[in-house]
Amino acid sequence: MIKTDIIIIGAGPVGLFTIFEAGLLKLKCHLIDSLPQPGGQLTEIYPKKPIYDIPGYPTVDAGELVDNLMEQAAPFKPEFTLGESAVSIDETADNQFIVTTNKGTQHMAPVVMIAGGLGVFEPRKPPVENLEVYEDKGVEYIIKDPKFYHGKRVVIAGGGDSALDWAIYLVEHKIVSELSLVHRRTSFRGHLDSVQKVMNLADTGKINLITEAEVTGISGNGKVENVTIKHKTQGEFVKEIDHFMPLFGLKPSLGPIANWGLDIEKNAIKVDTVDYSTNRPGIYAIGDVNTYQGKLKLILCGFHEGTIAVQSAFARIHPDKKNVLKYTTVNGINGF
Amino acid sequence: MADNTITVNIIDREGITHELEAPTDMNMNIMEVCRSYELPVEGRCGGMAMCATCQCYLESDHDLPEQTDSELDMLDEAFFVEDNSRLGCQIQITDNIDGIKLRLAPEGN
Repeated sequence: MIKTDIIIIGAGPVGLFTIFEAGLLKLKCHLIDSLPQPGGQLTEIYPKKPIYDIPGYPTVDAGELVDNLMEQAAPFKPEFTLGESAVSIDETADNQFIVTTNKGTQHMAPVVMIAGGLGVFEPRKPPVENLEVYEDKGVEYIIKDPKFYHGKRVVIAGGGDSALDWAIYLVEHKIVSELSLVHRRTSFRGHLDSVQKVMNLADTGKINLITEAEVTGISGNGKVENVTIKHKTQGEFVKEIDHFMPLFGLKPSLGPIANWGLDIEKNAIKVDTVDYSTNRPGIYAIGDVNTYQGKLKLILCGFHEGTIAVQSAFARIHPDKKNVLKYTTVNGINGF
Repeated sequence: MADNTITVNIIDREGITHELEAPTDMNMNIMEVCRSYELPVEGRCGGMAMCATCQCYLESDHDLPEQTDSELDMLDEAFFVEDNSRLGCQIQITDNIDGIKLRLAPEGN
């Protein structure tokens, strides 16, 4: 069991800045995030995009902002559980929370801050009827162990980097017996050298490239046996396969957060703006995941919310301790 | 009609047409206009052409500016894409789209 003062669910910019503000109050944080790296949307979706409304930065790339937030938080030695998503929050008799992840990792703290942004990143699933019926029965969205596909006939759908890279990997390492890459257009948006590699492998017959086409159907007895592929001009045909991998990137969804007994409104957690607390005492929600009258989904507002929330958290964790606001300019940063 | 206002016609997923007044001087796009009228347009990425939750189909013969690479890239990976697909967030509210007719694409992107 991992023990800390504040469990922060979500390692996006707001979660990261909250480490700093908690640290000033000598509270230690442990962050949980479903992505394998900190930064949330900023790192996952738009690392190279400029942001213009962070006070003091006329412009800063999203990825650079995350790097800076990590550096700013470093003196307070935050700990992370990455690549795992928080699935449940249980409460003990002595007012501690236990947050458990999908991999069973348990974390205990007197305070939980949900800084979950848009939620948990999950694979984008194409609109193919019965797709979910075949999940883990031949339909996979993430390739965990390439060897699993040894000697198999595989269809990959998608035109981005992950579709191209896996198609190349599975063919170049001679893992699969047959690989088809199905893509809606004739051009690809992946890296140029990956696109060139795929084209070369297609020219030599090692990748069966099916463009201007989409997978529209799936069938099989208890596991994937066939997919239906619809070509833009040549109509539909059925292909015998062992595995179908739709690789269309990730999208966020509120996911398990919706089941934690919190008041939800318009896909966000309702909070009291006095301290950004939820209806469950000891659980706060900050950043894009919360909602209140006048809410603005801005990083800078999330920074404010986290700052206010840790003051309230301090009072909950140390009800008998006095606390006064200290200025970093006067006191500096006293790390752990 | 008030100055600096145009009309956009949005057909929702139930087939109902919404005639919306949209300001041309607020630097808005179709996704934002839909959201301001509380139509079911998610606009998850905030307008960066990085999700396709504001995808719509152009059903009038308005001449829109050419699609940017980032819009084409996103539509490349999106679902329910047709030849007349557009991302609402990439259509700016300007005088020359007055009377435009757009149908919301299905949810699921």
